[in-house]
Amino acid sequence: MTFWSDPINFVAQWLRDVFTGWGWNPGLANAITLLLGALVLILFAMLLDIFLVWVERKVVARFQDRLGPNRIGPFGIFQPFADIVKLIIKEDITPAGADKLVYNLAPILSLTSVLLLWAILPLAATIYGTDLNVALLYLVAAGSLGTLSIIMAGWSSNNKYALLGAFRMVAAMVSYEIPMVVALLIPTIITGSMSVKEITLAQGDGGVWFFIAAPLATVIFLISAIAELGRSPFDLNEAESEIVAGFHIEYTGMKFGLFYAGELLHAFTFGGFLAILFFGGYRFFGLENLHPFVGAIIFLVKALIGYWVIMWVKYTVPRIRIDHMLGFNWKFLTPLSLVVLMVTAVLNQVLAGTETWVYALVMFLANVVIGWLTLEALRAYSRSQRKAEEPAVESVAQAAQH
Amino acid sequence: MIPLSWYLILAAALFSVGLFGVLARKNAIAILLGVELMLNAVNINLVAFWRYGSLASIAGQVFAIIVFAVAAAEVAVGLGLVISVYRRRNTVVADELDLMKW
Amino acid sequence: MTAIQIIFILSALVILGAAVMVVSTRNLVHAALYLVATLFGVAVLYAILDATFLTVVQVVVYIGAIAILFIFAIMLTRREMRDQGEQLNKGWGAAALIGLLTFGGLFMLLNNWRGVNATAAALPSGFDGVVELGTALVSTDAFVLPFEVASVLLLAALIGAVYVAGTKK
Repeated sequence: MTFWSDPINFVAQWLRDVFTGWGWNPGLANAITLLLGALVLILFAMLLDIFLVWVERKVVARFQDRLGPNRIGPFGIFQPFADIVKLIIKEDITPAGADKLVYNLAPILSLTSVLLLWAILPLAATIYGTDLNVALLYLVAAGSLGTLSIIMAGWSSNNKYALLGAFRMVAAMVSYEIPMVVALLIPTIITGSMSVKEITLAQGDGGVWFFIAAPLATVIFLISAIAELGRSPFDLNEAESEIVAGFHIEYTGMKFGLFYAGELLHAFTFGGFLAILFFGGYRFFGLENLHPFVGAIIFLVKALIGYWVIMWVKYTVPRIRIDHMLGFNWKFLTPLSLVVLMVTAVLNQVLAGTETWVYALVMFLANVVIGWLTLEALRAYSRSQRKAEEPAVESVAQAAQH
Repeated sequence: MIPLSWYLILAAALFSVGLFGVLARKNAIAILLGVELMLNAVNINLVAFWRYGSLASIAGQVFAIIVFAVAAAEVAVGLGLVISVYRRRNTVVADELDLMKW
Repeated sequence: MTAIQIIFILSALVILGAAVMVVSTRNLVHAALYLVATLFGVAVLYAILDATFLTVVQVVVYIGAIAILFIFAIMLTRREMRDQGEQLNKGWGAAALIGLLTFGGLFMLLNNWRGVNATAAALPSGFDGVVELGTALVSTDAFVLPFEVASVLLLAALIGAVYVAGTKK
């Protein structure tokens, strides 16, 4: 192991040696090194977050046919720093009747639940926080901490709009967790492991990117991720035309900033997980073998593309109603994901030991058949709905004529 | 390394606190909160016995998972009952729900 | 005193402190949030005990579902946002005595048991608790029957909860 081939672990080992050289015992030296590593990872994520503020504002401006921030620095890239200064000097208000402790804890928990996810993101083959054997469940667990932070914020603000927003958000997040877990199970079945590292490796040599073997799971994961993020078309928690700003209505200054930063980083992180689970993570046809940092750049580019797709959906699709959102989950997404799961599990057993391309092709065709049948069923359903509505419309029209 | 006794004493203390909550609380939901504490105390014991006993027999973890399932079922039905009672009687105080007392 | 012992003591203090607050605080939403702290401490203990799957499931099921359900139920069953008056019933002194006696009795039992100071064997290399657990849950010579019974119980609870709490049309 040299500095060139594996910079992160080389530096970590060097730090360990330095600490033990100072006469610390090895356990303590290891703990301090790990703590420093976590700190560096969090700093990286937060710096990236500042950059994401600029990306988000620039991209939304382009979608809405505007220029976006362009005054501070080249292409307005220093705009986020101006935003930070603005957020810091705003008055920090705690509403009367708010539950102070819970109110102040909620934004911190919200950002923490996102930063927790970075512990399992493999940026490159040798650059990752930890390799958990239950990483995919860990992803869901961190999401449930996010749910908790939202209900804490909504309840402690002592504001009915905030509480309504929190209720909507929690109802949506708890129900969309189910298709998300099922969609996560599909890469798990194909790989035979819940570890993100194993899943990335399985998409490399002698494997295909899982979006070929599981295209429906990719779509289901993307939809439930957007719902989990609470972004449009599922931004019922904010819905500024109905409940002003939802759960963070009472938050000002940097406390609001934490929610906002958490949301952006969350979206980017889900883009990263989309890249890892279905698009090969840090791998790109052997290019990642050049250097770990090349792998990290490939990963970040893929994650940015995933993030861009999430933004694309956000700024083009209008908001849907809360009952439609829950109905869509329970009557469409959950049954579909369960069918895909069962078919994948059976095919995985049937195809065990076959060539990779046969496996991928059969899986892909099975997904296409399921998707086609789903569309047919939807079409038949909407036809029957239309038939049921037509006479009613006619009689109303006739009544109007008379 | 942590001796087994630490886990067992912690679990016993947690169980007793939960028992106090179940016996002393007025609100039916608070009583259910106490039951959750007791179930968690049991789970700590089960997992600790798995880790300190033979690793090959995974029964401790399996029982803990079944306790999870039972806890989820208990909370779903229990809170459903509480909400239903609240609709009819407009109270969730356990002392006032005395229609079946004599 | 090793690092792992310090972590154990810290999480034990969080668990017990939060548990005492769960049973004594007047504000029920606070009680539910303290329950979350307790559950999180228990998850840390599972992590120390090398039960990674249970650690994550504890957070997903208990914090993500059960605690949230509690908070919902508390909000649905009160007329004002604040709880008023005494939250403990008249017999709380007797309840405290019973709690203390239970703890004393358990402590005496543990004190007299020989296996209480056992230490854990190191995990064998290549031991994957998740694989072991998954295999045990579905193999016919292990726990497939309890597993299936638990799933039937969950289904029954689901239907029962919907029937009990749902509004009659």
